[in-house]
Amino acid sequence: MLKLTVNGRTRTVDVEPEMPLLWVLRDHLDLPGTKYGCGISVCGACTVHLDGEPVRSCTLPVSAALGRKIVTIEGLSARGLHRIQQAWIEHEVPQCGYCATGMIMAAAGLLAKNPKPTDADIDATMTNLCRCGTYARVRKAIHALADAPVTPAARRS
Amino acid sequence: MTIAVSRREFLKVSAALGGGLALEFSFPVASAGAVGASATEVNAWIVIHRDDRVVVRIARSEMGQGTFTALAQLVAEELDCDWAKVSAEFASPNEHIRRNRIWGSMSTGGSMGVRSSQDYVRKAGASARAMLIMAAAARWRVPAAECTAESGVISHGPTRRRLRYGQVAAEAAKLAPPTEVQLRDPKDWKIAGKPMHRLDIPDKVLGKPVFGVDVTLPGMLHASIAQCPVFGGKVTSLDAGEAQRMRGVRKVVREESFIAVVADSWWRANQALKKVRIEWDTGGNGNAGNQTIAAMLREGLVSSNLPQARKLGDTPAAMAAAAKVIEAEYQSPYLSHATMEPQTCTAWLKPDGFLEVWTSTQNGEASMAAAAEAAGLPLEKVEVHKMMLGGGFGRRGAAQDFVRQGVAIAKALPGVPVKMMWSREEDMQHDFYRPASIVRMKAGLDGEGKLVAMHTTIACPSILKVLNPAALSKDGIEPSAVRSFSDMPYTVANQQVDYAMRNGHVPVGNWRAPGQQNSFYRECFIDELAVAAGKDPVEYRLAMLKQGDKNRLVLEAVAKAAGWGTPLPPGVHRGVAVVDGFGSYTAMVAEVSVSAKGEPRVHRIVVAVDSGYVVNPDTCRAQAESNVVFGLGAILYQENTVKEGRVVESNFHDFRLPRIAEMPKVEAVFVPTGGFWGGHGEPAILPLAPAVCNAIFAATGKRIRSLPLTHHDLREA
Repeated sequence: MLKLTVNGRTRTVDVEPEMPLLWVLRDHLDLPGTKYGCGISVCGACTVHLDGEPVRSCTLPVSAALGRKIVTIEGLSARGLHRIQQAWIEHEVPQCGYCATGMIMAAAGLLAKNPKPTDADIDATMTNLCRCGTYARVRKAIHALADAPVTPAARRS
Repeated sequence: MTIAVSRREFLKVSAALGGGLALEFSFPVASAGAVGASATEVNAWIVIHRDDRVVVRIARSEMGQGTFTALAQLVAEELDCDWAKVSAEFASPNEHIRRNRIWGSMSTGGSMGVRSSQDYVRKAGASARAMLIMAAAARWRVPAAECTAESGVISHGPTRRRLRYGQVAAEAAKLAPPTEVQLRDPKDWKIAGKPMHRLDIPDKVLGKPVFGVDVTLPGMLHASIAQCPVFGGKVTSLDAGEAQRMRGVRKVVREESFIAVVADSWWRANQALKKVRIEWDTGGNGNAGNQTIAAMLREGLVSSNLPQARKLGDTPAAMAAAAKVIEAEYQSPYLSHATMEPQTCTAWLKPDGFLEVWTSTQNGEASMAAAAEAAGLPLEKVEVHKMMLGGGFGRRGAAQDFVRQGVAIAKALPGVPVKMMWSREEDMQHDFYRPASIVRMKAGLDGEGKLVAMHTTIACPSILKVLNPAALSKDGIEPSAVRSFSDMPYTVANQQVDYAMRNGHVPVGNWRAPGQQNSFYRECFIDELAVAAGKDPVEYRLAMLKQGDKNRLVLEAVAKAAGWGTPLPPGVHRGVAVVDGFGSYTAMVAEVSVSAKGEPRVHRIVVAVDSGYVVNPDTCRAQAESNVVFGLGAILYQENTVKEGRVVESNFHDFRLPRIAEMPKVEAVFVPTGGFWGGHGEPAILPLAPAVCNAIFAATGKRIRSLPLTHHDLREA
């Protein structure tokens, strides 16, 4: 049995230590918001936060997540919509939406470290793949978030 | 979802919507029009709750293109309800069949979602509105003509009485629908034509389980499959001993053309699948490769007596008399759709003999037919739950291979729901690819450089031959293989288009804007002719487009919006193209630079579209952006290489998708002229490759006649 901290809760799972975190989340913890896209850490659809850092969970063995805080799209906001999710709605970012959750987790990681990213920062950090081509809106939403004052409520979420 | 509708109600709405009469059907007994305790089905498209919430049923699929919202906008526009209270849900394919196909087509492709259903969905909205007014008038005992309805409220002017839709929906549902309805002039639209927020986005950003791969059912198992790497191959033997002993594995399913491992999680199923030793009969295609395919196509190009897709004037004579003859050969590789969500199907053969399927499909009805056939069940015993698609682009419509597989696996585990998902590798290597093709074009110019004769020979596999052979016409001409040549809008008196269908063993299918390779060939070749004639590429095209041709309109619009002919930053060059298709007219200007190292960079794309009407300008804009990125990958580096009968590329490391850093600025200019309904899901990809490659020629003097660009050395000579 492995003990994990997922979205602020302790969860116990009976899985192989080498099972990638993605599959533990999706198939054993019923958190399907994190997506499988490539299985080789190229596309970023599986992005979650590990101790606040975006990681690609499709190649991360669950054993590497033990004792660390895992946050998935389902836990990004304690209540209601996170401000990034709100911006994604406001700027109509997603198309099919399959890459959107990973993209949002990557953006959350970027903005946490770098509240006012330049285009070059975005290019270097937001390397997630989107087949629908929502990139212009991803960029627009991130810049809009950087320009928007972060309210205490938003900071808490 | 089981919908309760009375027989009387069903006949009424069915007749109202031109569905005809059903010969037989069975529904749970319910009061007329009631859908649950607090809602009423006013007609098949519209459910109204007592609290005025309106649910619009959507028959087409949603893969990011925005049809789910646009169709709801059209219904809500005619219903004249409060948009804030509108939600949408997918119509049930099973109910669709049992109600005599009451929702029209469920097929979602060809940029048809809105344009081919706009008429009947708007009529459904208008009809429901009239019925709601009649119900209110009846309650007030006043003539319906004295009543008006707006934003979900019916008013009787003379007595200043008001009723909300939710208050009269149950009564309205019992009335006979009007025989005729008047649709609004799009000039008066309040909900349609506006950039309403998409209805499906909130759930998607929250990570809610909306996609096919997200389905979770009690006791559900997971399956991963392996198909013969060589297309069309069959299983001859397998050794699954080791796999069967692995943790979580419940069953190894052997079918004629694939092996599936079923386990309690997908990862375990996929790990075990890697341990299954499978021997395949490759069916004689194990030696096919890019060279043999090119040879097959080239043989087609030189064949005699090819069927003609167009014949105007006397091309050989005009060619012989031309002052100058220019020839070129262009080609394109196979391309995978690479939807971000791999192919998936969850199937559950229930103890009562009913089959339930959950899948990401572009055609719920086709999925149902495939599932019924695979299960050996009548259609009435099958339900398909349409999930949101993690991308479609033509992969999940006519080809329902994934549904057949999912059902075959479920049949091997009766009573147990099984979710099958392909690995990315399986998805990349078992697609229905955009056809590889080679085209030869020969042009005759007169002394002024004017195009007087054009002879095009196309060698290209047939998509219909793979996906719908019965629909192929007797003359053997595949419509998607000849498009943009057989209907070329340029006023050239002598035109001949020959088509050589050469199929090979690689399955081909509808890849966003099927036949779009031809727009690359044609519009780059026209650019070659403009250069040969010493004419400006925009002027050269305009001179060949009749007054009033909408191709002309969008070309002029894009030239103006892009500032054609105005100075550009150093090193940046423009290219232009104009192509009609999928009901719309589209012209594009690309601004491109090529670095000293030979690296192309697309900076800005300006695209002008005339789609007749624009139902949601923001989602249409998003489709322009989408087409640019989708097409850009195919221009820059994507190709599927065939070697030893199989596709070489296996994942996103060797089949690259553009990233955010490569995204050009996209400016969409809509010039809707009305009077027709064109699409948006595909048109903007048509002029992309030629506009970009024509700009590369302007930048480097190098004519790109094959893609992707990775095959070309663009460094300064």
